Amino acid sequence: MRTLVRPAQYVALALYILFLGFPLLWLISASVKSSGELNSLTVSLLPSEWHWDNYTEALEKQGLVRSAANSLIVALASTALSVVIAVPASYVLARLKGKVRAAGVGWILVSQVFPVVLIILPLYLILRTLGLADNLAGLTLVHTTYMLPFALWMLQGYVAAIPVELEEAGAVDGASRLTVLRTIVFPLLAPGVAATAMFSFVSSWNEFFFALVLLQSPENYTLPITLNMFVGGEGKVALGPLAAGAVLAAIPSIVFFSILRRKLTSGLMAGAVKG
Amino acid sequence: MTATLTRPAPTTGKKKPALARSRRREAIGLVLPSLIPILVLSVAPLVVGIFLAFTDARLVRHPDYGFAGVDNFTKLVGNDLFWDSLRIGMIWTVGVTLLQLAAAMGLALLLNSGLRLQGLTRVLALVPWAMPPVVVAIMWQMIYSANGGPLNAFLGSVGLPDDINWLGDFSVALPAVIVVGVWVGMPQTTVTLLAGLQQIPAELQEAAAMDGAGAWRRFTAVTWPSLRPIVTSITSLNFIWNFNSFSLVYVLTAGGPGGKTMVPVLFIYLEAFKNREIGYAAAMGLVLVVVVVLILAVYLRSQFRDDRAVKGR
Repeated sequence: MRTLVRPAQYVALALYILFLGFPLLWLISASVKSSGELNSLTVSLLPSEWHWDNYTEALEKQGLVRSAANSLIVALASTALSVVIAVPASYVLARLKGKVRAAGVGWILVSQVFPVVLIILPLYLILRTLGLADNLAGLTLVHTTYMLPFALWMLQGYVAAIPVELEEAGAVDGASRLTVLRTIVFPLLAPGVAATAMFSFVSSWNEFFFALVLLQSPENYTLPITLNMFVGGEGKVALGPLAAGAVLAAIPSIVFFSILRRKLTSGLMAGAVKG
Repeated sequence: MTATLTRPAPTTGKKKPALARSRRREAIGLVLPSLIPILVLSVAPLVVGIFLAFTDARLVRHPDYGFAGVDNFTKLVGNDLFWDSLRIGMIWTVGVTLLQLAAAMGLALLLNSGLRLQGLTRVLALVPWAMPPVVVAIMWQMIYSANGGPLNAFLGSVGLPDDINWLGDFSVALPAVIVVGVWVGMPQTTVTLLAGLQQIPAELQEAAAMDGAGAWRRFTAVTWPSLRPIVTSITSLNFIWNFNSFSLVYVLTAGGPGGKTMVPVLFIYLEAFKNREIGYAAAMGLVLVVVVVLILAVYLRSQFRDDRAVKGR
């Protein structure tokens, strides 16, 4: 009986690996197949010949490079913005007791229940009034706002892990609170900030709903919107280049998440333990 | 002195009001930058959204709308398409959330039992989480493709019907979309459950094993009770996220075929931005919020009551 358990576990694990990994393998395989092979009825994971032209064709497709640049600008700007405003606030959140903290943590949790579909209508009206609808700056602000709860949550977990005694030591030396923050707390927060920044970047890079509603002119489209245009309707693109574009769009996110692998668990847990 | 400098406990405020005031000002200064965008772009829209639900607003260049009372809601009662979409949304949300939990629990237990290939599995498990939803949808469209898709090819090779139009057939489209939802959401649940499993002291399992408990008995008597709080919180979050999810279904099927995958968020989006009835759409959104909050309240209450029952024993 006992001897059968291990093999059964490996079979189960293999099925999980197949389920999780196969779709990505298939996408990559489609991205290097010729259109002849993609439309033929013989189905094989390995392409009969490697057809890299799909990638050049995808990059030459109208709008893909420009929308990738738009995505990069929005993701970098909103990441920088959310980290810069979340670091001080997360410090207060982690160190203060009482009502302020309760309100902060409460809001972070409530924001998870926020019905985006109810918010998007007035948000669109507000941004249109401010002249920020169909505008990369407007999208940056929206992404920043919606990344903040998670950034605060992650960062306050990292702040809580810094011993208060370190700050007290700085204060004994006569340093002001802001100096203590700048010279002691923020440097120790660097790994937490890096993890939070990478997570925020990926959230913005992947984001679809707000971009779909807010951006109307093709020159403002972010990468997910352009890829969606390629799927159906006017901009329909052949399967090979579409797969190639999809692979390219997924690379930054997957790279960052691989780096973040450990941090994602520990960061989330750190936040959870303190909360 | 140093302690009060760095740890502003409420009691120090009474002794040194000036210091406390300056510290409070400092704290406000540190929090304000995040407070402003949150107030303008998230709290205000929520309030305005609730207000819109009681107006006849339309999405036009120069909006001119009036108070409509509960008209939107009475109109909504007779809107069968909306209630259909709410029913589909419930099947999607409950289906994805439960299957996610089951699949993630299985994987987390495997990853916690000292097998080889762990590194590979852990990296692979992150891929669905990291990928842009649009890419996920494009990818699964290829997997599900009726002609030349790998899924049909596999089914054909083992002698099953190989001509199923997964995303275009009335009866299989919703289950097919649910599978993609599970694929996307499984990693985060797995990582969370695995972290919980690793916090269960090994001695507990060993003691149970010594008492002659089998694998299933150990799971129900030791593992599951220890994981309960984590399961409750991740299930609640998954429920909300799945209920609010939009991009995946939008790109995969756009609600088709024949509205069989029209989840409520998608329905409201179309009402607002295609039909331009934003007052009516806001009313639908408000109904959705109430439904989600009610379901969560009932679920969390039952969980807490069970917890108390367990502790009382």
